[in-house]
Amino acid sequence: MWSYFARRVVIGVPTLWAIITVCFFLMRLTPGGPFDGEAPIPAEILVNLRARYHLDDPLWKQYVDYLISLLHGDFGPSFKYRDFTVTTLIAQGFPVSLQNGFAALVLAIVIGVPLGIVAALAQNTRRDYIVSAAAMTGIVIPNFVMGHVLILVFGVWLKDSFVHLPAGGWDDGAFANRILPVFCLALPYIAYLVRITRGSMIEAMRANYVRTARAKGLPFHTVVLRHALKSALVPVVTFLGPATAFLLTGSMVVETIFQIPGIGRYFVQGALNRDYTLVMGVTILSAALVIAMNLAVDLLYGLLDPKVRYER
Amino acid sequence: MNAPVLDIKNLIVRFATNDGEVAAVSDLSLSIGKGECLGIVGESGSGKSQTFLAVMGLLARNGSVSGEAIYGGVNLLTAGERALNELRGNALTMVFQDPMTSLTPHMKVGRQLTEVLIRHRGVDKTTARNEAVAMLKRVQIPEAERRFDMYPHELSGGLRQRVMVAMALLCGPALIIADEPTTALDVTVQAQILDLIRRAKDELDTAVVLITHDLGVVAGLADRVAVMYGGRLVEIGEVHQIFRAPQHPYTQGLLACTPRLDDPATATLVTIPGQPPNLQNLPSGCSYHPRCPYVMDRCRVERPVLTPGVSGGLKACHLDALVQGAA
Ligand SMILES: Nc1ncnc2c1ncn2[C@@H]1O[C@H](COP(=O)(O)OP(=O)(O)OP(=O)(O)O)[C@@H](O)[C@H]1O
Ligand SMILES: [Mg+2]
Repeated sequence: MWSYFARRVVIGVPTLWAIITVCFFLMRLTPGGPFDGEAPIPAEILVNLRARYHLDDPLWKQYVDYLISLLHGDFGPSFKYRDFTVTTLIAQGFPVSLQNGFAALVLAIVIGVPLGIVAALAQNTRRDYIVSAAAMTGIVIPNFVMGHVLILVFGVWLKDSFVHLPAGGWDDGAFANRILPVFCLALPYIAYLVRITRGSMIEAMRANYVRTARAKGLPFHTVVLRHALKSALVPVVTFLGPATAFLLTGSMVVETIFQIPGIGRYFVQGALNRDYTLVMGVTILSAALVIAMNLAVDLLYGLLDPKVRYER
Repeated sequence: MNAPVLDIKNLIVRFATNDGEVAAVSDLSLSIGKGECLGIVGESGSGKSQTFLAVMGLLARNGSVSGEAIYGGVNLLTAGERALNELRGNALTMVFQDPMTSLTPHMKVGRQLTEVLIRHRGVDKTTARNEAVAMLKRVQIPEAERRFDMYPHELSGGLRQRVMVAMALLCGPALIIADEPTTALDVTVQAQILDLIRRAKDELDTAVVLITHDLGVVAGLADRVAVMYGGRLVEIGEVHQIFRAPQHPYTQGLLACTPRLDDPATATLVTIPGQPPNLQNLPSGCSYHPRCPYVMDRCRVERPVLTPGVSGGLKACHLDALVQGAA
């Protein structure tokens, strides 16, 4: 299993390199540059700036230089926040996104999976319809709408009640400031998890071995939890791999709506500002997380299904 | 027949589906005596499995059931999940057709056995393990201790079915329902599994319901045979009587379909012409009349009830006596 693990990590390197390459050239091909602000910069300053950031070097040289600095663990200086390196910005933003994402992930699993099981076991009854309809609503309402609805309800309408919550801002990560964004982040994932768990649980409950378990006289909850649940979790884990990567790297929409200083917001600002190095840095981080999570998913399969073997 | 272990009366099983109600089992009554082996035969879809899944409370969610299935003075059909769970896996056990999918893939075989003992006999883990290993040995699983710690996919189909049989025997059941226990296995393994069931019947005085397509299996093991057609019992009787002098044309047809190695006259495969009945819209009168070579006007309008046949047993047919060897 360890050799499998090592092999997968090694395979991840060229994948990451391909992503870096595509992203690097796409950024440079996009019209506009990091210094095209609303207020035009005087020509002589612009020349100096371009020289300082090596933007006048041939593209291939910039690319090679960038790769070399990456190998040294250096994401380069930010083009926009000129006093900061990208590494510093990520070190500031990533913990914020990570905490929120992790809280949202836990919330989504703790609510979504049990609700999906409940709906599956009550298939085609009122309880199932209510849960499924709620999940469907959660999926079709986009984040940016839900975020504003939450702000409207808890930040404005309920302003004078005890459930009033801050409409935005971070306040150094005060608990009250985290509630709405975490909930908003988690909602679509709760909805997806309900649907996925419901479907796979219905499937699992129809399996022959579940009938065998019932024929043994085991109590219903033992049949469900011991015999049916594990195979029902396979699609859930498949979904959670990339979902975790997305959640942990911060949602651009949610962080923007709630004004949270996470890397999702840096990414949006970086893209708007053509802050080449910042966008590259966040992209590399996200890509590495996606690759790592997919590996984690494959390792989890082994826990759920003893037939999975990590050979070759 | 001695006092029945299980007494089924007027069992009806229906399924609600999007395109109408399926009458899977209609007004079926039969009983199984202590230590008796009752063979259940009939074409695919004739309701053999659903009859006994209903008795065990294992119908699919869209199924509904009425009638009685009396075990130990209790009607299993109305007993409720809690009371049923005391009996299932304990006094009433089941062996299913497909050993490849009937064991939980992510649990070691041993635990799937011990959980039965722990559930029904309240023994501790060590005792359960010892008893389970002993049972694996008894069903002739080689290297039982090692197999105990294996996952189902590490065992062959034959071994898995032995595990299923072991599971069914663990608590010394009064009745084992074996639903085509050998259909998925190759011939030599089939014989071994049937032998295990025979031994359980002889040594433990366990009653056995043996559901099968294979009349040869029935001939070797059953004391009596029940023949089902379109969800109904059409004939029931002693195994010798059924084989020697079937009283229902459908039974006769089934027997004619079975190739006999000792009789070159039947070397070519015979089939019963026509289709099995549509359970959403059963034919009027006798369900078998569209396929019956002896059909009379009466058969199309009046459904025959079970009546004693001339050579013993019961048959649901308007004919007074069936000409033997004609089909
Ligand atoms: N959940 C269900 N919904 C609708 N119809 C069903 C359902 N389960 C079984 N049936 C129908 O009930 C009828 C009887 O099925 P049953 O499983 O008892 O047949 P069987 O005699 O055991 O056949 P086989 O030899 O193929 O196992 C079949 O026509 C089947 O299609
Ligand atoms: Mg069947």
